[in-house]
Amino acid sequence: MADRKGPAISRRAALGVTAGAIGAGLAGRTPAPAQQASARDHGGDNRVVGSVNHQRNGFDPHTLLTDWDTGTVSTLPDGRRLREYEVTAGDLEVEIAPGVMFNAWVYNGRIPGPTLRATEGDLIRIHFANGSSHPHTMHFHGIHGASMDGVPGAGQIGRGETFTYEFVARPFGCHLYHCHSFPLKRHIHKGLYGTFIVDPDPALHPDHADVTRSRLLGTPENARWQEFVGVMNGFDTNFDDENEFYALNTIPFAYFDKPVRIERARPVRFYLVNVTEFDPINSFHVHGNFFDYYDHGTTLTPTLTTIDTVMQCQAQRGILEFSFADHEPGLYMFHAHQSEFAELGWMSHFEVV
Amino acid sequence: MAVSRLWLVAPVLALGATLAYLLLGRPLTDLTASAPPVEELTVNAVSLTPGEIAVRLSADGSEPVTIAQVQVDGAWRAFTAEPSQTIGRLQSALIRIPYPWVEGESHHLLFLTATGVTFDHTIDVAVPRPEWRAATATALLLVGILLGVVPVAIGLMSYPVLHTLGPSGMRFVLALTVGLLLFLLFDTLGEGLERAGATLARLHGTTAVWVVAVLTTLTLLAVGRRRGAPEGMRLAFFIALGIGLHNLGEGLAVGAALATGAAALATFLVIGFVIHNVTEGVGIAAPLAAAERPSPTVFAGLAGLAGLPAIVGVFLGTAAVSPYWAAIAFAIGAGAIAQVIIEVALFSARRGGALTDPANAGGVIAGLVIMYATALLV
Repeated sequence: MADRKGPAISRRAALGVTAGAIGAGLAGRTPAPAQQASARDHGGDNRVVGSVNHQRNGFDPHTLLTDWDTGTVSTLPDGRRLREYEVTAGDLEVEIAPGVMFNAWVYNGRIPGPTLRATEGDLIRIHFANGSSHPHTMHFHGIHGASMDGVPGAGQIGRGETFTYEFVARPFGCHLYHCHSFPLKRHIHKGLYGTFIVDPDPALHPDHADVTRSRLLGTPENARWQEFVGVMNGFDTNFDDENEFYALNTIPFAYFDKPVRIERARPVRFYLVNVTEFDPINSFHVHGNFFDYYDHGTTLTPTLTTIDTVMQCQAQRGILEFSFADHEPGLYMFHAHQSEFAELGWMSHFEVV
Repeated sequence: MAVSRLWLVAPVLALGATLAYLLLGRPLTDLTASAPPVEELTVNAVSLTPGEIAVRLSADGSEPVTIAQVQVDGAWRAFTAEPSQTIGRLQSALIRIPYPWVEGESHHLLFLTATGVTFDHTIDVAVPRPEWRAATATALLLVGILLGVVPVAIGLMSYPVLHTLGPSGMRFVLALTVGLLLFLLFDTLGEGLERAGATLARLHGTTAVWVVAVLTTLTLLAVGRRRGAPEGMRLAFFIALGIGLHNLGEGLAVGAALATGAAALATFLVIGFVIHNVTEGVGIAAPLAAAERPSPTVFAGLAGLAGLPAIVGVFLGTAAVSPYWAAIAFAIGAGAIAQVIIEVALFSARRGGALTDPANAGGVIAGLVIMYATALLV
């Protein structure tokens, strides 16, 4: 080609633009939109058709990842910290997959419910109201008395009623809460669950001061970390006690098509909870990397080190810590390593930059 | 006169008023307000081409049905829908799913509607849709000829022997013919009702099969008796017609089996049908035995009438006929067979061979047993 001729150069430029727009980038350019398109291409044709209207749902799985509800903090006369939350149960039609409407029961208009985050030793008050057509509870996995257990007869409320759960936030760790009204399976799988994180108090763990501070939301040590919360869940749309969809944070393939962005230089902490109904276990597997795992998050040293797959039964949860510092940038899958769940929606991408 | 006119108009007005009340007044809203939509979906045809599964679906329900997502083998898959993912009542859509299906293996499809209801369908054995090459067409033509024309022609060769039979032997052969026709009636009706069961409920498939069968019987009886009760050549003609319509259905079934891979042993299947259908030729020859010897062209014509529809059936079958129309085809076949059973039985009775006579009853039973025994080969 006669590069010196003006028209020829412009024609080649035009061809280049066309190639870039088509995709794969013959000339080796890396435009951002092409990367986005290829995230979905990694799954072949294993995907859902269309896209979910997150705005109509009222929540977006991409903001849920890092959305901590730290409540309203005040100081009690005895000097202790009081942390108060407002949670309302309701009925909501949720588009749980493109074009698939599900009559859900929800806490604060979202599935999973708000990620309640407290510090070890806080006095917790959860002002729970029920706007749903059915009675509900909030049953916390934590240490509390029988009257605060959130089961029928101890914190179950009907439509229009309120109840305040009160207990001390302990033990530190990654926990969950869910509705404990009966029938239990139905109340859970229709969407009544959420994560309850208790950060360790550095003053109580002088031996592990650095680790503790890195776990405590609001400290400079913690700010260095990229923290995410993921609830492994599923939906049984035809009520045959089998899930049609599996996902991390409700929407199948949400993080597959639009990856979770990870800055290489910063370590990653993933609060992982399994609430999947009907199946005995769920799992988390990351590509090209290994992580340390803190089962229930109730220890300051890992309970499993250097693993790339972890299994959780229903209500089991834990904290994963890993780093992509030495990795090349790109897309790294993470998903359930039950291929069945992965192909039914629990399939995601980290985009390491 | 004025009174009778009023009573022509009044029922129409009353019906109109009732419908208007239901549609405009909506008095039943309280009953239906909280009811979830009723959805029904049936698979009409599945067609496999390299890298793609194409499924034609029909829908019915209280509202249009929207196919929101599609699973193949327990995984959500990309798909397209023509003309639309939303299928109106009694309408259909073509769902195309890019999928690397594996020849000879099973695949499971699941259709999820917008309301979360699921409908599944299993492809028992995945085989590619036959391509329309000359070789394929020739093979299908051969299957049709072997299925219909050849066995009937072989059966007609029994004519010279039948011709020598005495009256009691003749009655026995007629009773045998009734037996074989009864078997074909049960077989054809069964096939039709089975297919009717796979259609949308609102089409009332099984009722349609009975109605069409009865209509066919009555029509053929009326047509056949315009010049008196059919005997000899005319009776042979109607038997050949009934068997031909039955063979159309049989060809349909075989063609569909070849197209969907259910008939992996095509040669074995055709051998079975050839033996099974020879008896049909004997049945056609029976009423001729008592008459003057017909010309060879008559035999050829009867063989063609009874056998050639099988070829049409085979080709239609490979082209994936919807279960509803297949059921109707079987119903017509059943109705035609019922007509000839009636005529042959009456013909036999006129010749002093009531079917209740022990010897004749034995002939009926022999016909049924022979047909059942040879059906085991299919």
